[in-house]
Amino acid sequence: MKTVFEKTKGLTDIPFHYCPGCTHGIIHRLVAESLVELGLMEDAVCVASVGCSVFTYKYFDCDAMQASHGRAPAVATGAKRVLKDRTVFTYQGDGDLAAIGTAETVHAAARGENITIIYVNNAIYGMTGGQMAPTTLVGQKATTSPEGRIASTNGYPIRVAEMLSTLDGTAFIERVAVNKPANVIKAKKAIKKAFQTQTNKQGFSLVEILSSCPTNWSMPPQDALNWLEEKMIPYYPLGNFKTPEEN
Amino acid sequence: MEKKLMKGNEAAGAAAILAGCKYFFGYPITPQNELPEYMARELPKCGGTYLQAESEIGAINMVYGASGAGARVMTSSSSPGIALKQEGISYLAGAELPCVIVNMMRSSPGLGGIQPAQGDYFMATRGGGNGDYFTPVYAPASVQELVDLIIKAFDTADLYRTPVMVLGDGMIGQMMEPVELKIPEKKEIPAKDWAVKDKPTKGDNKLINSLYIIPEELEEHIQGLFSKYEIIKQDECMYEMFNCEDADVISVAYGTSSRIVRNAIKKLENDGIKMGLIRPITLWPFPVEAFEKIGSKTKALLCVEMSAGQMIDDVKIANEGRLPVEFFGRSGGVVPKPEEIVNKVKEILGGNK
Repeated sequence: MKTVFEKTKGLTDIPFHYCPGCTHGIIHRLVAESLVELGLMEDAVCVASVGCSVFTYKYFDCDAMQASHGRAPAVATGAKRVLKDRTVFTYQGDGDLAAIGTAETVHAAARGENITIIYVNNAIYGMTGGQMAPTTLVGQKATTSPEGRIASTNGYPIRVAEMLSTLDGTAFIERVAVNKPANVIKAKKAIKKAFQTQTNKQGFSLVEILSSCPTNWSMPPQDALNWLEEKMIPYYPLGNFKTPEEN
Repeated sequence: MEKKLMKGNEAAGAAAILAGCKYFFGYPITPQNELPEYMARELPKCGGTYLQAESEIGAINMVYGASGAGARVMTSSSSPGIALKQEGISYLAGAELPCVIVNMMRSSPGLGGIQPAQGDYFMATRGGGNGDYFTPVYAPASVQELVDLIIKAFDTADLYRTPVMVLGDGMIGQMMEPVELKIPEKKEIPAKDWAVKDKPTKGDNKLINSLYIIPEELEEHIQGLFSKYEIIKQDECMYEMFNCEDADVISVAYGTSSRIVRNAIKKLENDGIKMGLIRPITLWPFPVEAFEKIGSKTKALLCVEMSAGQMIDDVKIANEGRLPVEFFGRSGGVVPKPEEIVNKVKEILGGNK
């Protein structure tokens, strides 16, 4: 019988620890498929972060380094400066990247580090149980914003892709989502382009991926995907913010 | 070999390059700036990379990445900056990554001041960051010793897969002394087959990690670290005993304060008082052994520090209650004067001598 689909060889056989309905699984598959299709899987060095993505080093079938909370872009910088010919990427959530790791992220981008960041934005701290994130929408409930995020006390969510695309050091920045098949296909294209930006030595690349968290959003998975479409995308518009000229 | 007059901070950089350090991640802070500046100038000339990080936290995590990739790597800072690096140092210790961290201490707590002090003894010798770990700490008392210990620190780091700290102070970093920059003897270092370097062959992925989610596995990992620390205690402890035989009083001092103590020893000689010096060169492991060699004529120990009293705790542990332990220290960036130490010794001996 002809195989029409199989699990990518870029992922190990270790079962994911992610909650049912979480879209981290889709994103893992896209990253692994992209690396395999580009012939980069063995080349890849994954820098894992802290949060739900803490165990990514178990799932991607490649070399890995586990970074402390928010510091993945700094660890990736150190690794890439030594391993110039390997494909170094971080896989970080929004709490890790846009709160505690803001300085490391902004400066890796400003330096134009030739690394790729897979940035998963689900507008919540997942691993710790649903606290308010730097990306939590105004009005969105979280365990530390029980009445919903109030702008006058908690400020406003950060649009990372837009912010980083103002920096001259960045080469490729795109925001995608994985809430429906058409978006998943676009997400994979963006991830591939990001890795190609690195292999072409064009500089810093980041893909912001809007992702759902049914558990901490307290919604069934399908409702969570709809909420992403209806609430997140209007605030975090999808699209490319930066592409290298040659790409 | 010809001696060269060099500032401590620059000599530290030259020593690191001699030791084969190829990567340096820095962040400005007084009084260690000449070290990153030297590396920014000199490392590229020998095929290395200097990178100025966004913060001390950024720098130590870049060290983590470069060390994980198998490179000889270094960073430097001064007290408040080292406090910021402690998160990374704990991760380096946990992931068993070798590197050298230079701390040219200034006065603290908080922003404190910028004059030389020794108030980071606790932070350096008690791990400093979260969790069960230690880092070997070398405490040079001259620019030449700084050079020699930095070279040694790289070997110790690689040999035991551990971060190593070289603990100087603003005085050691800023003063100029003649130094000999010898090409170091090659020490046998095990191959870094644990590092992320070449592409892995199938099924041989490398992982740099300090996360062990199963308590029993983490405990086993910590026990592994502590077996390593036992070997370091046995094999890597360094100290100097000067003038200790039949001494009336033995002082205990490291780094800059040990130099002042030597002046006090000379002055006391004129008054017919013999003072010895135990000078720990490794602060961790602490040279307990030296205290077992103290003869029966010695009446007291005098711990001299440029702090309000930190090493004195280790002196008391090593002394095991045998002798009275006295303390003289100046803190806040005030450097003790030899006369002050002389007066303290006379006070201890109560004019009986």
